[in-house]
Amino acid sequence: MSAPLLSVRDLQVTFGTREGDVKAVQGVSFDVNEGETVGIVGESGSGKSVTANSLIRLNFGADVRISGQILLEGRDILTMSEEEVRGIRGRDVAMIFQDPLTALNPFYTVGDQIAEAYKIHHPAASKKELRAIALDSLQKVGIPEPSKRIDQYPHEFSGGMRQRIVIAIALVNSPKLLIADEPTTALDVTVQAQILELIGEMQAEHGSAVILITHDLGVVAEITKRVMVMYAGRMVESASVADAFARPSHPYTLGLLRSVKSLETSRHTALEAIGGTPPSLIKLPSGCAFHPRCSFASSTGGRCSSETPALRDVGASRSACLLDDATLLSLKGDGR
Amino acid sequence: MFFFVIRRTAFAVVLLLIISAFTFWIFSALPADPAALTCGKNCRPEVIEANRIRLGYDKPLVDQYLGYMKGIFVGRDYGEDASSIHCPAPSLGYSYDRHECVTKLIASTLPVTASIAFGAFVLWMLIGVGLGTLAALKRGKWQDRVATAFSVIGVSFPTFFLGLLSILVFIIWTGILPFPRYEGITESPGNWFMALLLPWFVLAIVSAATYVRMTRNGMLEVMNEEFVRLGIAKGLTRRRLVVKYVMRAALVPIVTIAGLDFAFLLGGALVTESIFNLPGIGKLTLAAVVNSDLPILVATTLVSAVFIVVANAVVDILYGYLDPRVRVK
Repeated sequence: MSAPLLSVRDLQVTFGTREGDVKAVQGVSFDVNEGETVGIVGESGSGKSVTANSLIRLNFGADVRISGQILLEGRDILTMSEEEVRGIRGRDVAMIFQDPLTALNPFYTVGDQIAEAYKIHHPAASKKELRAIALDSLQKVGIPEPSKRIDQYPHEFSGGMRQRIVIAIALVNSPKLLIADEPTTALDVTVQAQILELIGEMQAEHGSAVILITHDLGVVAEITKRVMVMYAGRMVESASVADAFARPSHPYTLGLLRSVKSLETSRHTALEAIGGTPPSLIKLPSGCAFHPRCSFASSTGGRCSSETPALRDVGASRSACLLDDATLLSLKGDGR
Repeated sequence: MFFFVIRRTAFAVVLLLIISAFTFWIFSALPADPAALTCGKNCRPEVIEANRIRLGYDKPLVDQYLGYMKGIFVGRDYGEDASSIHCPAPSLGYSYDRHECVTKLIASTLPVTASIAFGAFVLWMLIGVGLGTLAALKRGKWQDRVATAFSVIGVSFPTFFLGLLSILVFIIWTGILPFPRYEGITESPGNWFMALLLPWFVLAIVSAATYVRMTRNGMLEVMNEEFVRLGIAKGLTRRRLVVKYVMRAALVPIVTIAGLDFAFLLGGALVTESIFNLPGIGKLTLAAVVNSDLPILVATTLVSAVFIVVANAVVDILYGYLDPRVRVK
């Protein structure tokens, strides 16, 4: 197999605050191949969005420290000049944000905003060309009457339509990698499916790889083949979607699966929420950060609170857990 | 949009009519007898009565008001015999204290006030928005601290203090500036400029302080908006991002407030005009207050009201152009 499109190695992101250092991402490594769709799942504060933002250096703040490597086609984004990163943003790597209601600039027409995304990386494009491209983009993402809608402002569109425009902006340069950060979270359930379908279609057309970040396992199951689970800034499991759902190899993944309601869930079975709350990223628990909430932690004789597990192969998956392989392999998901 | 402008203008006219009636009523409700104020301390009752009839103060209030409003459009004669006084349209009354038509007094003072207001406005927008932008872009750095300190100092210093201080420092102690002698811009641009330089800065510094904070906070707020992040993710340069995304959004509320502040200033800068001895509307008003010169007070109140109502309408219409979300179809 050829070299991966994106290769993240030992990514660490720390935010300095008055209360102390927030270790948002610790030692995360993963690859994304060309045209592949992978999901990153986790609770709020698990570091999934910070990871995504790091990929094009979108983490801001007075005191952000990033280390590790982010290789896009072999070039390290973290050591590039600001100008070089700017050339990659929007052209090679594009992003879709969570809230389409606030992601578009309210002062410019949607046509201008799509055209702008193209013009930044194609400064020679003529006005006529730009308009044709914007019109074409609107059509492709399924905006009805694009020739009329092109001159309208974001507030004249519904949430789902606005997310389509955000997608049009992201795809206007046919990026090699599309990062979708909770693209459906702010939308109605009925619209969610349409948007996911659209992302899938667009991916097929442009051949882009997609990193889908979400807390919603249903969304992951819908369009990705591989999933990475994050907890408290670390990757705890990496597996194919089928494996992760049928045979989760980490207690946290199991907890996530059990806390989701599906059509098969009986009305009388209560959902099993994961006990406790996600830890503070300033004062992480010792050892495995998940151990205070883990029902298996007592079976390792105290190792969970002193040793930090690294990712290792467990069956076909990779898991960062101190339990022995046999126990991990015996975990059962709901089999969706 | 066209109908919005029409509607907004009609509303402004109605508002002005209401304000004029209210102003007229409130000044007539004062305990002072306007006729008695027309001549000095040792006035004979016959003269007072004659003046009362001549100025129309003997008529019912509604008639007085209608006469006043009519005067604005067609001019007005006070008295009927040979000694009658004619004030051409738009007549805003006759000041017995000064023996002048009020319109003439306002016409001679308005250019002074307009000069003060315009220069101060330009300066304070430059200083306020400039420093505010700098502070927002250099948040937490020394530039930000200097701008914030400036804004705190500017807000805490009253105009009269800053005004007197500047006269003391620049004119009396160091003599950098000559003692100001105001002349119209057409008569002597040099004197005009020299006389207005300090008042401009004094007014600008006091007002700019607020604008520094508004600009800084507005821009910082916008910088946290998701659409700015999308702008960065598109690959925009920092410069284009600041101008097209951040400032464009942050300046909309500032423009509207600035319009109203400017109009307010056009109504006369009482303290500044008095300190710097500038013959503007503010000084005219102040003298009228001291002398209980009611016709002038009614007129300056109305003129200020006109500026503010007009500015309000202009700002409303402008807002529609600046922010597509409130644009009316």
